[in-house]
Amino acid sequence: MSAQPKSLFEKVWDAHSVRQLANGQTQLLIGTHLIHEVTSPQAFGMLRDLGLKVLMPHRTFATVDHIVPTNELVEPYKDPLAQAMMDELRKNCAQFGVTFFDRASGKQGIVHIVGPEQGITQPGTTIACGDSHTSTHGAFGAIAFGIGTSQVRDVLATQTMALGALKVRRIEVNGKLRPGVYAKDVILHIIRKLGVNGGTGYAYEYAGTTFDGFTMEERMTVCNMSIEGGARVGYVNPDATTFTYLKGRPYSPTGAAWDAAVTRWQSFASDAGCRYDDVVKIDAADIAPTVTWGINPGQGISIVENIPSPETATSADDKAGIIEALAYMKLPAGQPIKGTKINVAFLGSCTNGRLSDFQEVAKYIQGKKVAPGVRAIAVPGSQIVALQCEKLGLDKILAEAGFEWRAAGCSMCLAMNPDKLIGDELCASSSNRNFKGRQGSVTGRTVLMSPLMVAAAAVTGHVADAREVFAVN
Amino acid sequence: MALEKITSVSGRGVYVPGNDIDTDRIIPARFMKCVVFDGLGEFLFYDVRHTPEGVPTGHPIDKPEHKGAKILLSGANFGCGSSREHAPQAIHKAGFRAVIAENFAEIFFGNSTTLGIPCVNAAREDIAKVAAAIEKNPNIELVVDVAALEVRYGSDKIPVTQRESARDGLVNGRWDAIGDLIDGIPSVQITAARLPYMAAA
Repeated sequence: MSAQPKSLFEKVWDAHSVRQLANGQTQLLIGTHLIHEVTSPQAFGMLRDLGLKVLMPHRTFATVDHIVPTNELVEPYKDPLAQAMMDELRKNCAQFGVTFFDRASGKQGIVHIVGPEQGITQPGTTIACGDSHTSTHGAFGAIAFGIGTSQVRDVLATQTMALGALKVRRIEVNGKLRPGVYAKDVILHIIRKLGVNGGTGYAYEYAGTTFDGFTMEERMTVCNMSIEGGARVGYVNPDATTFTYLKGRPYSPTGAAWDAAVTRWQSFASDAGCRYDDVVKIDAADIAPTVTWGINPGQGISIVENIPSPETATSADDKAGIIEALAYMKLPAGQPIKGTKINVAFLGSCTNGRLSDFQEVAKYIQGKKVAPGVRAIAVPGSQIVALQCEKLGLDKILAEAGFEWRAAGCSMCLAMNPDKLIGDELCASSSNRNFKGRQGSVTGRTVLMSPLMVAAAAVTGHVADAREVFAVN
Repeated sequence: MALEKITSVSGRGVYVPGNDIDTDRIIPARFMKCVVFDGLGEFLFYDVRHTPEGVPTGHPIDKPEHKGAKILLSGANFGCGSSREHAPQAIHKAGFRAVIAENFAEIFFGNSTTLGIPCVNAAREDIAKVAAAIEKNPNIELVVDVAALEVRYGSDKIPVTQRESARDGLVNGRWDAIGDLIDGIPSVQITAARLPYMAAA
């Protein structure tokens, strides 16, 4: 043990630092590289152009998620571009010796769901993936970076990338969440308070008794959206909850190696008294069910608040932002967000497409029906999540209520597959981004919320308070 | 690997106002259904440059006086959201060689630097001054001087900042790290050997 107390970020960084580069950055070892069909083909192309191999194929894992149709299982897919990307990934994995969780494997799914459920995502490791929501894996006490395609090339070729160290902000949430308030609300609340670029240059360490009590799935939901607050990395220190989750997973160590791994994993947790560049404290009781009203994830309010009006802006920037957002969202300034008519309800994504998300919805939606005129889809985040749900009959409960039960994929989170909004449809969505056009229509509108709030919106036909709709208390 | 030393970028500028311009806006996801980056340039800012019916909206980069501009100016938190390198690729393929903004989202900044596109930070009022000069004379030449950390235009100049590792990489021709990273592979193997989880199964 070193005398100087260190944060998890520093310890993982130090353990993976290879050397300092001439420009002052660090050549950082990336222990686990996750790839998918959208941001990897060009990287493999660059590798071929340079005549290079994948340095550590055994530490590289692929799946397909962004472009897979969730209502079409047989190839060739109707969309030839989607099929071409599928074929390319399959070819690249075969040629370079990379493990590919293809649809035929029964283990395919959104890359940020597959890594944890396979036990590939482990504490004290570094992870990179050509996707900004890679921060999800930080829930395990890993340092996980979303990267661009040139860096995918770097990691394929050298298992490293060039990076500068980040500052660390500890975000402590203490206390018990009120009934009907979820991990999604916690992260929407944090982003609302700290801003969409408040995390630039920082890794977020989520801590406090609220996080101590969270399940791994709840921790993943929060870490997932770190990037929406501008933080490239978010993590929770590993603890017994982490180890229990990992025990027995396909890629988890076994026997004596398991015990050694747990000891090692524990050693990565931030030391008491370590230095943070910033500390933010939040009282769990202050967090309400939160929904977005605008065009970035920081434009959120609690379900009982009114939509902001330009007059209440705190700065000229804020005012311009409100005007632009209201014009795009076609929402009335100063009016309650509750009651806003919705057209589509989307349950799924790497933020909220896990078993517990569907369990929570099924628990309350049983016996209720999706409102007429609302298109509702439920998309499990992985084939394994789908199977877990189906074993419990959750798919039937959701289907009975009027949700279409789909196959695993990114679906309507990002409009790279057939699941899209049409025209200016408004979608109550459990996903992570409400950017203009994000869900596939240039005038489509997204309201981000927790899965249970999506269910409440689906059954009432408008943005609603799930606590009232489902008598949550 | 010898790379060009990017000490400055000269050319005409175009101002695209707004804060939090995300990478979905820079390059909408549907244009990422591709296995190469070629052809992305024409889809830069596509959904802002066109109505839903596909009619041009008169976006700044489409104005005749800004055709051929090489330097993009914008607001705060430019490039936030998705990590897609397709965003800086689209900017580059549309002919832009430098971006001036109040500040940049982390991943976008790194992706751009790796492509040799200098992203420099400037104060809002300074960006407004340059934008006003462009508005007055769209042909005015801007010089984004990465070495000296200033942008010169006409007889004026504004100070800019840039993370030192990026500046160093650009001006010394090592903005794409791949060569250095490959050189370090023997050390990579040593570091990996110390980490039990890196062992081959």
